[in-house]
Amino acid sequence: MKANCWYGKRKVIVEDVPDPQILNAHDVIIRVTSTAICGSDLHLYNGFIPTMEHGDVLGHEFMGEVVEVGRNVKKLKVGDRVVVPFPIACGHCHACQQGTTSLCENSNPNAWMAEKLWGHSPCGIFGYSHLLGGFAGGQAEYARVPFADFGPIKVPAHLSDDQVLFLSDIFPTGYMGAEMCDIKPGQVIAVWGAGPVGQFAIASAKLLGAERVISIDRFPYRLQMAAEKAGATDIINYEQTDVHEALMEFTGGRGPDACIDAVGLESHAHGPMYALDRTKQALMVEPDRPLALRQAIRECKNGGIVSVSGVYGGFVDTFPMGAVVNRALTIRSGQCHAHRYLAPLLERIERGEIDPSFVITHRLPLADAAKGYDLFHKKLEGCEKVVLKAA
Amino acid sequence: MQQLTHETSNGHPISQSRPRRAKRRGRGLGWFSVGLGLAELLAPGGIARLIGVPDNSRSRLILRGLGVRELTSGIGLLAQPESPGWLWSRVLGDAMDLVLLGDGFTIKRGRQGRLLAATAAVAGVTAIDAFSAASQTRNATLSKVGAPIHVRKTITIKRTPQEVYEFWRDLSNLPTFMAHLESIEVTNGVSTWRAKGPLALSISWQAEVTLDHPGQSIAWRSVEGTTNVPNRGVVRFAPAPGDRGTEVEVELKYEPPVGALGAAVAKLFGEEPSQQIASDLRRLKQVLETGEVLHSDASIHPGLHPARPARKGADTKGSLQ
Repeated sequence: MKANCWYGKRKVIVEDVPDPQILNAHDVIIRVTSTAICGSDLHLYNGFIPTMEHGDVLGHEFMGEVVEVGRNVKKLKVGDRVVVPFPIACGHCHACQQGTTSLCENSNPNAWMAEKLWGHSPCGIFGYSHLLGGFAGGQAEYARVPFADFGPIKVPAHLSDDQVLFLSDIFPTGYMGAEMCDIKPGQVIAVWGAGPVGQFAIASAKLLGAERVISIDRFPYRLQMAAEKAGATDIINYEQTDVHEALMEFTGGRGPDACIDAVGLESHAHGPMYALDRTKQALMVEPDRPLALRQAIRECKNGGIVSVSGVYGGFVDTFPMGAVVNRALTIRSGQCHAHRYLAPLLERIERGEIDPSFVITHRLPLADAAKGYDLFHKKLEGCEKVVLKAA
Repeated sequence: MQQLTHETSNGHPISQSRPRRAKRRGRGLGWFSVGLGLAELLAPGGIARLIGVPDNSRSRLILRGLGVRELTSGIGLLAQPESPGWLWSRVLGDAMDLVLLGDGFTIKRGRQGRLLAATAAVAGVTAIDAFSAASQTRNATLSKVGAPIHVRKTITIKRTPQEVYEFWRDLSNLPTFMAHLESIEVTNGVSTWRAKGPLALSISWQAEVTLDHPGQSIAWRSVEGTTNVPNRGVVRFAPAPGDRGTEVEVELKYEPPVGALGAAVAKLFGEEPSQQIASDLRRLKQVLETGEVLHSDASIHPGLHPARPARKGADTKGSLQ
């Protein structure tokens, strides 16, 4: 089969690899119909995530048709059309039973690697480094999916791939980012980053009843999408406007009730802190640049919530802990526990409350994956979200 | 209060204490390096006068350089006081100092009396450094081949203590999650354990259960005379608080002989036996909670391998069904 493989910094190649096989009795193999490039794939593409091997198959946002089932699979049958959530989770362990599936205790065969970096191991993830399991990803014609009775969700035929594909990651991830804000009527939410996760965080904050949602980015086309499609009430282009002044104005000097970091470890900004963080990253003394996060913490109102959906891999410097403690802020975070959002968010799509396909700007054949990564990385042609069509 | 020293079935604790003296000495030398390094960096003129060399820009530059070297050794030693590498770095530094001081005697403006005293002091420190480095090198080598391997690991499994106990008590189940075991056969209360050795060498021995408290604990040890690597183990099952299942704690002790076989046993357990046992326990949890050991596209291969599907018939350790 054809699969998109990682070959070092900014190098991906679609090449022939063996077809996947059933490795565990609870596996299914699916024929991938649609798969997407995630912002977090760019962290791999740019070489920020350790423990990648040349030849790793990438991709954790994918859906398709079941073509083979392992002998212990009870719920899925050949022919079922499913979306696969990006965290691999067993459904049996304590974490899964609590609904925190991105912390599954049984799905990372390389848990020891993650423990060395982070203290304890989270779940395994498709196509996302060896420290998260060494699982082949879904940017391919076929993919093997473990724990098939617990993970994949069947989707109805009347919804298109484009409408349901993002249940795999970015819609639930943005939704969880908003949910972690404990939004109450009348509240103002600020969202750093108007990439795909930021768009869904904005849309979800609206769905959850926020009064005002402010989108912060530097690309006019992304801010326009946030305002016109996702439902942001206000936008701030930080290259043109002072973020602090604007937020104070929008909130009567209180600061946003909750701030969402939908940027993560490769954040951009102006000024000496950005230069310092870039230098430290280049010297490999600080793997992650937390510029958006620092600003989100500074701007959040006293006693507010900072919700971190952006991905961080390792360590950050100059973390404003004084602001967190003295102003009684709450920081919430986590890779999305996608499983628990699949059914409720599919219902919202079916009811027409949201059509997640609004973020798609590019549809390319799988063979053009390298072009898709380049467009997305360089933000060319107004690129917001690339969907790869495998079939 | 929970007490963290455990005893084996026969009452002997299987913990060991390590000599503290080497660590204290390493730390002392580390602080000495830091102090000297700071003095050389911050007050090179004073040091030059103290040891009797001319105080000029050249000697200050050299002394500052030596200061950086001392600080590096010092910080290294404070972080790893028992590291032979950092101790040898001090010996090397001493040699450098002696050469430079020797140079000092050829300078006319040098003060011979102070130089002599400084040289004697460095020579004395060199002796201490060389002794420490040599003895730590010897200790490090010895601890690699002759020392008993003692591991204690624990994990929480969402099953009742009785269920985990029953799975473990059927010893033939152990190879399903213990990576280094090939098989265990039980006949008349004596079990024959077969381990995967390095170089396709298979090691086997017999073991007997020495303690069996249903639902609580099991202890076993190798039968004397059946192995060159006496070993014993104990596993305890305790209810975890908050309906979280069972806390399983395993303690293993192997006594590999010195020499080639000892090295082979060490290799069998990899660089970090405790990590190996931790991974074994994680696989036990997978088997008991999900029914089988989970494989990934990379983990089914014995060595490093890209995360992509395997060719049919490829060299894998996982089950390709």
